[in-house]
Amino acid sequence: MEPLEITERIKEKFPEEVMDVIEFREQLSVVIKKERIVEICRWLHDEPILGFNYLKDICGVDYLGKKPVRFEVVYTLYSMRYRYMLRLKAAVGEDEASIDSVVPVWIGANWHERECYDMYGIRFTGHPDLSRVLMPEDWEGHPLRKDYPERGPETQWQGFQEVLDKAQKFKGFSWQG
Amino acid sequence: MAGIEQPLQTKELTVSMGPQHPSTHGVLRLVLELDGETVVKCTPHVGYLHRGVEKLAEGMTYLQALPLSDRLDYISSMSNNVGYCLAVERLFGIEAPDRAKFIRTIVCEMTRISSHIIWVATHALDLGAMTVFLYSFREREWLLDLFEMLCGARMTVSYPRIGGVRNDVSQEFVDGLYKFTEEFPERIEEYETLIDQNRIWLGRTKGIGVISAEEAINWGLSGPVLRGSGVDYDIRKRFPYDAYDKVDFDVPVGKNGDVYDRYRCRMEELRQSIRIIKQCIERLPRGPVMTPDAPKFTLPPKERVLADMESLIHHFVLITKGPMAAPEGEIYVATEVPKGELGYYIVSDGTGKPYRMRVRAPSFVHVSLLPRLCEGGMVADVVANIGTIDIVLGECDR
Repeated sequence: MEPLEITERIKEKFPEEVMDVIEFREQLSVVIKKERIVEICRWLHDEPILGFNYLKDICGVDYLGKKPVRFEVVYTLYSMRYRYMLRLKAAVGEDEASIDSVVPVWIGANWHERECYDMYGIRFTGHPDLSRVLMPEDWEGHPLRKDYPERGPETQWQGFQEVLDKAQKFKGFSWQG
Repeated sequence: MAGIEQPLQTKELTVSMGPQHPSTHGVLRLVLELDGETVVKCTPHVGYLHRGVEKLAEGMTYLQALPLSDRLDYISSMSNNVGYCLAVERLFGIEAPDRAKFIRTIVCEMTRISSHIIWVATHALDLGAMTVFLYSFREREWLLDLFEMLCGARMTVSYPRIGGVRNDVSQEFVDGLYKFTEEFPERIEEYETLIDQNRIWLGRTKGIGVISAEEAINWGLSGPVLRGSGVDYDIRKRFPYDAYDKVDFDVPVGKNGDVYDRYRCRMEELRQSIRIIKQCIERLPRGPVMTPDAPKFTLPPKERVLADMESLIHHFVLITKGPMAAPEGEIYVATEVPKGELGYYIVSDGTGKPYRMRVRAPSFVHVSLLPRLCEGGMVADVVANIGTIDIVLGECDR
């Protein structure tokens, strides 16, 4: 099947959802609405003539000031049997940035979605354990957003003084045994 | 003796394994909840090595971001560089000349060998077989010396460039490498003699950490971890890049999807890598190592810079202003690195800097598999499971 044929089939099945189809360097991106993402993914996964059973990657992109809808969640899919590759892009607005989780379809989506939440603050509804993965639990802000500065203020980590004090305290410690 | 009639009081024990632990292969922390010797729950904590590579790349030009890729998987930096270069080349719509493609294939396979022998060394060490460790570091040293001969660096090489490689290979290097390919197969047998039929090794690896083919695909695993479960998925075959479509090699596939099969896969891959390197050396074409139609984003050769005006200006503009703007678009290019599938997803907004550079790291996916492998197993098998997925935390945390 030609790549464009795949998009035709998606359009046929979900005419309301497909917003745009972009081809660049022989790679196909399908921009979709976020509401029925799980349904679309489930269909792509189960449909015998497509069989997108392998999720390569999920990541977010922040188009601050470039596109009307700020975020995009990008799904890179692959079909082991037919060797098709497809990129799904779901537009996610800034206020109430959330999208349904695709963990029920591909279990490997778990950590990718956690990272996306960590870096962009996009909430994945229905995710089994949506917590920060790379940044510390008490971190403020989402680093990969475009309005997050590349170089932060030179402030100390809050727990650092505590560690220093503890080290000072243990300096005078000697074994009694 | 009234106490005996009462049921024995047991309590679940929480153990924090890592981030400083010899068998976690880096700064990985696992919180294990144990019921006796059985692992009830395993929670991996990563991020100790997070340097924000993706954020840093957004503020750099395409040329400047290249050395960042070395620091991802620091024991196979060559493959990371090649993956990055391929992604940027595809974005710009250029291609490296034939000779550079063959050289890149050679260095990629050298990296695969050096990464796999580190893996077998540390994995065997974790499981109590120390001798392999001493033997395989001898061969790794040999490879690192060859890298040094090639580009002057041993670990963080930054040797491939967008549009080719930095410098041509010397005859001395080719001879040295050929000698290596002649002798290395015997060394593989040496490692195998030590552990292949070893009863302790078999007992620690067979039937441990089993994952079925279907499940492995659903988890999005890649590389030897996926192939050990019997899925024939190798990017070098499916999306051939560089010179992989011009050489002949087999993709070893396992059957049972346990620790032992993944070990067999990697050992077989060592042999295939030697095969690829030999073919590449024999067929190494003549010609330039840098694409000629891309002076706008690749630095001109140093001798030209010192000799003619045009190249000097090019050099100056590239260093001070950055390379030509990339076309607007987005690209996902994956390469088969020793750990699995390394993908670069680059979004370009038409400037000289990547708007977004996403690194799809195989180790990140594989670490997320750890709870699935460890839970329900014995605590002693946790180290076998960490070893078998072959992780590097520099790549996982980025």
